[in-house]
Amino acid sequence: MEARKSSLFMTALVAVIFLYLLAPVILVFPLSFSGDAVLAFPPSKWGVRWYTALVADPTIGKAFLVSLGLGVIVTLLSLLIALPAAVVIVRLKTKGSGALYNLFTAPLLLPTIVLGLAILIAFASFNLLATFHGLVLAHLVVTLPYALRVLATALGNLPLAVEEAAATLGASPLTVFRRVTLPLLKPGMVAAGALCFLVSFDEVVITLFLTGPRITTLPVELFHRVEMSADPLVASVSALLIVLTLVVVLIVDRSAGLSRTFVR
Amino acid sequence: MNAVPGAGASRRAVLALLFPIMLVNLIGFIVPMLNLGLLSFKEALTGGGIGEKFTLANWVTLVTDDFNRELLLNSVGVSLAITVAALVLSYPIALYIQRAEGLWRSILIVLVISPLLTSAVVRTYGWVVILSDQGGLPSLLNAIGLTAPRMIFNTTGVIVGLTEILMPYMIVSLLAGFGRLDPRLEEAAATLGASPIQSFWRVVFPLTLPGVALGCLLVFVLSVSSFITPKLLGGGRVFLLATEIYDQAIVTLNWPLAATLSILVLVLFGLVLVVYGRAVAALD
Repeated sequence: MEARKSSLFMTALVAVIFLYLLAPVILVFPLSFSGDAVLAFPPSKWGVRWYTALVADPTIGKAFLVSLGLGVIVTLLSLLIALPAAVVIVRLKTKGSGALYNLFTAPLLLPTIVLGLAILIAFASFNLLATFHGLVLAHLVVTLPYALRVLATALGNLPLAVEEAAATLGASPLTVFRRVTLPLLKPGMVAAGALCFLVSFDEVVITLFLTGPRITTLPVELFHRVEMSADPLVASVSALLIVLTLVVVLIVDRSAGLSRTFVR
Repeated sequence: MNAVPGAGASRRAVLALLFPIMLVNLIGFIVPMLNLGLLSFKEALTGGGIGEKFTLANWVTLVTDDFNRELLLNSVGVSLAITVAALVLSYPIALYIQRAEGLWRSILIVLVISPLLTSAVVRTYGWVVILSDQGGLPSLLNAIGLTAPRMIFNTTGVIVGLTEILMPYMIVSLLAGFGRLDPRLEEAAATLGASPIQSFWRVVFPLTLPGVALGCLLVFVLSVSSFITPKLLGGGRVFLLATEIYDQAIVTLNWPLAATLSILVLVLFGLVLVVYGRAVAALD
């Protein structure tokens, strides 16, 4: 069956719209090689001064390390916490499984600006503001729903028959889970982990409410820089971040097919 | 039956497995949100203090204060403009992708989704590069002899940037809705003598309306709640609900008013969902 071919006009139109869609991400790369002291595009001269400035900037380096550490810890905790919950909700089908699933994924329905404010006010009385463990907890609120969603879908798609066969052959429930379910679940775990890391690493609105001069993350630091000066230093950081994201996505797509978790 | 691992597990085991996620949900979501709702009925004292007494004062100012009314109207107006712009720009892309095949189709889908994986700050910075006075677009316009209008730190900048940032959601929603599109329907329409334009408006477009409705819902809701892009491209001169929530919370330290504006956003979402439900019911 032949799909309808698009006309030349349509192709040109789509190309222009794609240019609009991708221009902001693409333009960051040439700008990062600007030799100018302030933001100007196109730059009057070229150079690597903003990459040199980036390496010499202690705040950016520290913020990057905080973001990286936060992302790794939040990812591991998300998998550790969401996996048992997914097993209970999908496999055990306890009373009210659906309601629990909705409750645990509900934070995703809220605007981050509202959730951020709510967490700011609550954390202020728990003494969790501008602390690393406060940031971990706040990030878990938004990464857990993603982890639960991906893992629940992955568990739901596993063939029950394999687990039943193992149980029939005398394996204990725990052995079945460890030797059969868990290995089959590996692609789902990789996808959930990558998603959690990217969400945590990119999270900016909620984090903005919880950070201060004492502790800050890379996206929040970038936000403040754009707000204040928007100099090409942000472009060099952005260029590196885009490359980093691409690498993560490519690695994960090879092993688990991340794009499938977005478009089904 | 004990075939499935854990089936028939005791109540205590189930509770133990759910305990960590319940704890995070309680401390990081339920308690903060209930507290937020409560706070919107508390009095704001000068210097960031919060009164003990319950009051409706915050909710009254939403109606009586001209600035607060303007916030709501601005937010709804700007978000509607963004929704319409995103729909008009996304529809051709989605239709093109729907008609593409094989590897080319996969590449296009990746191109559409990849901006979603890029930080909102980075993409907004890209728009600062394009729209600021020394930026790409004014330079281009000046080079061909036109006077560039100011495109940043005003509503235009916010709409241009946020439309691009939210377009991937619209395209993905449209594509999900296009599943119902069978190329044979268009062939049939053409065989029966319909011009391409007639066949689009009478056959293709009505079939894609559920996807259109979903995309509009998503983009409207996301643009009302967007903060980073309006803050950076509006430069403190565009006043919207989301930016005001932040300013009241961080700059003015009026937490009760910030809480009230937040609940207002949630109420607005509720209304939008009702409209969406009606629209979808009418389509079926």
